[in-house]
Amino acid sequence: MYEKEKGLARDFLEGKLTRRQLIKRFTALGLSASSAGIILNMQASQALAADFDWKQHTGKTVKLLLNKHPYADAMIANLDNFKALTGMNVEYDIFPEDVYFDKVTAALSSGSSEYDVFMTGAYMTWTYGPAGWVEDLNKWIQDPAKTNPNYNWDDMLEGVRASCAWSGKPGEDVGTGDAKQWCIPWGYEQNNLAYNADMFKAAGLAVPTNIDELIDVAAALTKDDIYGIGVRGSRSWATIHPGFLSGYANFGEKDLTVTDGKLSAAMNTDVSKEYHAKWVKMIQDSGAKDWSTHTWYQVGTDLGAGKSAMIYDADILGYFMNGGDNKMAGKLAYAPFAANPDAAAPTPNIWIWSLGMSTFSKDKDAAWNFMQWASGPEHGLFGATQMDFVNPVRKSVWADEMFRERLNTSYPGYVEMHDVSAPGAKIHFTPQPLFFDLTTEWAASMQKMVAGEVPVDEGLDQLAESVNDQLEEAGLG
Amino acid sequence: MPVPSQVSKRRGKRLVSRRALPYLLSLPALLVCIGILVPFVTAIYYSLQRYRLSQPWAREMNWGDNYVRFMSDSKFWNTLVVSLEYAFLTVGFELILGLGIALLLQKRTKLNNAVSIMLLMPLMTAPALAALMWKLMTNPGFGILNYFLTLIGIDDFRWGASPSSALFTVVLVDIWVYTPFIMILLLAGLRSLPTQPFEAAALDGVPRMQQFFRITLPMLTPYILTAALFRLLESIQQFDIIYAMTQGGPGDTLTVFQVEAYLNYFQSTNVGRSSALLLILWAITFFISNIFIKNWLRLRERARGEG
Repeated sequence: MYEKEKGLARDFLEGKLTRRQLIKRFTALGLSASSAGIILNMQASQALAADFDWKQHTGKTVKLLLNKHPYADAMIANLDNFKALTGMNVEYDIFPEDVYFDKVTAALSSGSSEYDVFMTGAYMTWTYGPAGWVEDLNKWIQDPAKTNPNYNWDDMLEGVRASCAWSGKPGEDVGTGDAKQWCIPWGYEQNNLAYNADMFKAAGLAVPTNIDELIDVAAALTKDDIYGIGVRGSRSWATIHPGFLSGYANFGEKDLTVTDGKLSAAMNTDVSKEYHAKWVKMIQDSGAKDWSTHTWYQVGTDLGAGKSAMIYDADILGYFMNGGDNKMAGKLAYAPFAANPDAAAPTPNIWIWSLGMSTFSKDKDAAWNFMQWASGPEHGLFGATQMDFVNPVRKSVWADEMFRERLNTSYPGYVEMHDVSAPGAKIHFTPQPLFFDLTTEWAASMQKMVAGEVPVDEGLDQLAESVNDQLEEAGLG
Repeated sequence: MPVPSQVSKRRGKRLVSRRALPYLLSLPALLVCIGILVPFVTAIYYSLQRYRLSQPWAREMNWGDNYVRFMSDSKFWNTLVVSLEYAFLTVGFELILGLGIALLLQKRTKLNNAVSIMLLMPLMTAPALAALMWKLMTNPGFGILNYFLTLIGIDDFRWGASPSSALFTVVLVDIWVYTPFIMILLLAGLRSLPTQPFEAAALDGVPRMQQFFRITLPMLTPYILTAALFRLLESIQQFDIIYAMTQGGPGDTLTVFQVEAYLNYFQSTNVGRSSALLLILWAITFFISNIFIKNWLRLRERARGEG
């Protein structure tokens, strides 16, 4: 590398230059933004080595279990820097999401030591943690001998960080009590509106700001070959957690209530029934015809292909569908969404792709070395500015002006949407070991309501009864 | 000349190897049996426990409580009914269609031989892939089948996405994949039937329909029973097609045994309930296969004139 460029990168890392100034000077030297990013990242890696002995596990190999995802792609693209920084080797297996969590469950439940680190969701750790399959990462985070002083744990978004921690006590809120850090947040998704701006403009419609408007606008946008609103509908827990629960929580509704340590169903209150009835009507009037088979994939691709006018789902779906060779690339826009007209702000429920450490790993310190690098501020910034590592979980990355400018240029409204809804973003479910049973049954009940097999009131009463039976049988209710 | 002590050593070695030979010969079979019996016994053990991986502290023997709970669990009864419906519908239609096609191809001609080979194509497709292919074809938005339906005036048919047509849809896919299996078995049976009874019937002027019901069908029954048994055992354990197309939905429309057991283990990590479900499925398949085998033996005895 040329000395001039290295000097500029060093000045930036020492705070003598802003990122904007740095990029301007790189441009003057004839470097493209991506080349500049790579140089900067290499220099950042070297700067990292100044304060911490990254070489303490040189020669060791860490094996990862990864889901095929842009977050994993960003990490793989930066892996050479990790290897140069630490002298460690990294191997990985990568699986599509359809089979990924089965693979994780099989590997962990069998006590296999094949994988040291794996991608997970926070909800999954409500099973993995109590089962004794994952490590409480607090003991590494809080150990200055094992964690880089610049790791800056407090830089992680508070709601996201807390959502990856749980005491293991059924019903106790995430991040409270004697919470164990079962995983480290990596990237996360809020649930908001992504819409086709051209379709809205052609129909002369404004972006809806609450559930009633959403129902009306979705119906107005529904035509022969276009449906108004994309939301998930498959018989899976994944149908409940995105838009549906974000709106539900906005009315102050809960999935379960906790009384004297006992859990009971809370989804058949009057407010809940009213919200469910509206949600069901919205799908019946303006949802996909094959809604009951829709996963995140169909929700996203239909928006990208112009088959749906908007989605109330993971914001990153709107991000990805607005680029690449999607038919609607460049035509999508974003809006924060509060379902309750009386709510002060949105309350998106969140999905967090995280990194967990297997209890069966044979070298946990080496595994942590990788984890702290992969979740560190330098890699976060590299991923966010050079790859598609959105949404980042670090405040410093969100504050980075070049990152914000990149999003504002290519994805207008995305940053604003994020900033408005981030304060209310967290996991709104009650942590407990039957999470997947109860939410899958919730989704199945919703399918029956949408199909008209059971009225909403009756369906929710039946669901609550079944949930209470299951909680009692498991000794939780 | 060998000394007496060397002779006795050789005899001893030969004796040992002769004694060990039967065990050595049966060792592979023994190993396979162990490979089947160990998980089977383990499943029985787990099914008698309250055992969730997410609640290791609550693990205890509950001595059949999982089974007792099934009796009052409407979801379990739904699973039983759906599984049986699926199995009997698929096998019934596949037998009728497979027999019909086999009869059409019975005569050995170049064309019939070529067609019978071509008809095996769906059988070469992995059921999960076939399901994904059909999922695309039945998509209410862009599926080719919906396009054809609109040509005959049927709009908005939702296939697997609607509770009223979901069972029909997965049965249709199963029929597409597995009818060739029945067809090829029955075709082999038809072509191996002795010709004399048919020649005699023809000389006597017996109508074709009567020939079919009085001669062909009774003689073909062992083949039909064999094909039905194989398919029924496989069909009642169906997973790939149903899960790939609907994940068991909409609602609880298609929560057959394997889908329920899979979700109970991999999603809910409820090992006890999952094991109990699979053991009930094993009991059903054991019961069905016993009936079939008894009937098959009875028919064989009758054919030999022993009945």
